[in-house]
Amino acid sequence: MFAAAALIARKDLAIEFRTRSAFLAALVFALLAISIFYFAWDATAVSAIDLAPGVLWVIFTFSGLLGLHRSFGVEEADRAIDALLASPIDREAVFLGKAFANLVFVLGVQALSIPAVAFFYNLPITRVLGPLVAIALLAGIGLVSIGTLFSAMTANTRLSELLLPVLSLPFFVPVVLPAAQATARLLAGRPVSEAMSWLRILIAFDIVFVVACAFAFPFTLED
Amino acid sequence: MPASSPPAERGGFDWLLAAAVLAVAATFIRAIYFTPVEALQGAAQKIFYIHAPSAFIGLYVAFGIVAVAGGLYLWLRDERLDRVAASAAEVGVVFMTVVLITGPMWGKPIWGAWWTWDARLTLTLFLWCVFVGYLILRGAIDDPAVRARYSAVLGLLGALLVPFIHLSVYLFRTLHPMPIVLKPSRPSLPPSMLTTFLMACLAFVLLFAALVRVRYRLAVAEDALADEELSESPAMSLRPESAH
Repeated sequence: MFAAAALIARKDLAIEFRTRSAFLAALVFALLAISIFYFAWDATAVSAIDLAPGVLWVIFTFSGLLGLHRSFGVEEADRAIDALLASPIDREAVFLGKAFANLVFVLGVQALSIPAVAFFYNLPITRVLGPLVAIALLAGIGLVSIGTLFSAMTANTRLSELLLPVLSLPFFVPVVLPAAQATARLLAGRPVSEAMSWLRILIAFDIVFVVACAFAFPFTLED
Repeated sequence: MPASSPPAERGGFDWLLAAAVLAVAATFIRAIYFTPVEALQGAAQKIFYIHAPSAFIGLYVAFGIVAVAGGLYLWLRDERLDRVAASAAEVGVVFMTVVLITGPMWGKPIWGAWWTWDARLTLTLFLWCVFVGYLILRGAIDDPAVRARYSAVLGLLGALLVPFIHLSVYLFRTLHPMPIVLKPSRPSLPPSMLTTFLMACLAFVLLFAALVRVRYRLAVAEDALADEELSESPAMSLRPESAH
C-alpha cells in the first residue's frame, strides 16, 4: 500500500515540479500577504513580532488551499481520475499518496515563507527553528488530511474553486489557531513547555482526522 | 428507479405545523405577559426564551440528526436517511441563524458588547459555517447518490470537529484572560420562569419537527419529479458528465 502511495505522490510532485504553477502562485501570494499585513497595521503601535504569527499562518492556510485545489483538479482533465480508479490500487493508498504530495507542497511553501517572514519582519528565528519546524509539520498534516478529502469531494462539482475553501476553512480553525498561538509563544521567547498544550491539540487533531479522512475517502470515489 | 415513495399530501392541512405555530405563539404570550421580569437584566432577559431553545435545537438536535443520519446512510444506503439529514440541516441553519441574531441583541445591553470570543459563541459561529457549507455542497451536486455520500461524509466530520473547536477556543480564552463581561452563570430559575422556558423548548422542538417534516415532503416530491423527468427522456438516463 505504501509503495503505491509513494508512486502516486511521485506522480503528483512530478506534475507540480514541471509546471511549478501552484507553487509560484503560492509564493507570490505569500509576498503579497507579508506586505499587505505590514502596511495595514501601524508599525509603531504593533510590533512586527506580534504580527508575524498571524501573517505566517494566514499564508499557510491560503497558499495551502491553492495547492489542494489542484490536487484533484488535475485529475479532472481528460477524466484521469477514472484511470486512477481503474488501476489496482487501494483507495486508501490513493488518499495517502495525494495527501503526502500535498504535504510536501505545503511544507515547501512554508520552507520559503517562514524565512521570508523572518527576513522582512526582522525576526530572531534561528533559536526557535526546531520547534517551529515541528509546528509546521504537525499543522501541515492536519491541513492536508482535511484538504485532500475535500479536494476530492469538490473537484467534480460545480463551484469547486469556491466550495473547497468554504468547506475547509471551518475545519482549519483548530489547526491554525493552536499553530499561531504556539508560534507566538516561541517568538516571544517563552519556553517550549508553554506551547505544549497547543501542540497537544495539534497532535490529537492530526491523529483523529488522518484516520477519519482515510476512512471517509473511499466513500467519495466509489461509482 | 420507480418512484416508490408515497406521494406527499398535496394541499392537505398540516396539523403538526399549525400546532407548532400555536404553541410558539402561546409561549411568546406567556413569556411577555405572564412571566416575571428578571431583576438585574430587565426586559432584555425575555429574549432568553427564544435564544436558548433555538441554540439547543440548532446545535444539538439538528447537528446530531445530520451526523447520525449521515453515518447511517453510509451504512444502509437508504435515500430516506439522506432526506432526513438534508431537511434537518436546512431547518437547523434557520434556528442557528436565530441564535446568532438574538445572541448579540441580548449581549449588547447586558454584556456591553455584541460579541465575545467565548468558546460557545465561537463554536456556534463555526458550526453555522459548516452547516452553510453543507447546504452549498448539496446545491452543487446533481447526482443524488453522490450528493448523499458527500454530505454524509461532511456531516460526520463536522461532528468530529466540535470538540476540537471547543477545546482550542477554550484554551485560547483561559490562557488569555481578557477583561470581558462573562456570561453570568445562570442561577436556578424561579419556577414561573422555568415553566416558560420548558414550554419554549417544547414549542420549538415541535416547530423544528413540523418544519423538518414539511421539508422532507418537499424532498420526496422533488425526487419523484426528477425520476419522472428522467424516465420521460431515456436519452438523458446516462450519468451526466460533470459540468465545467
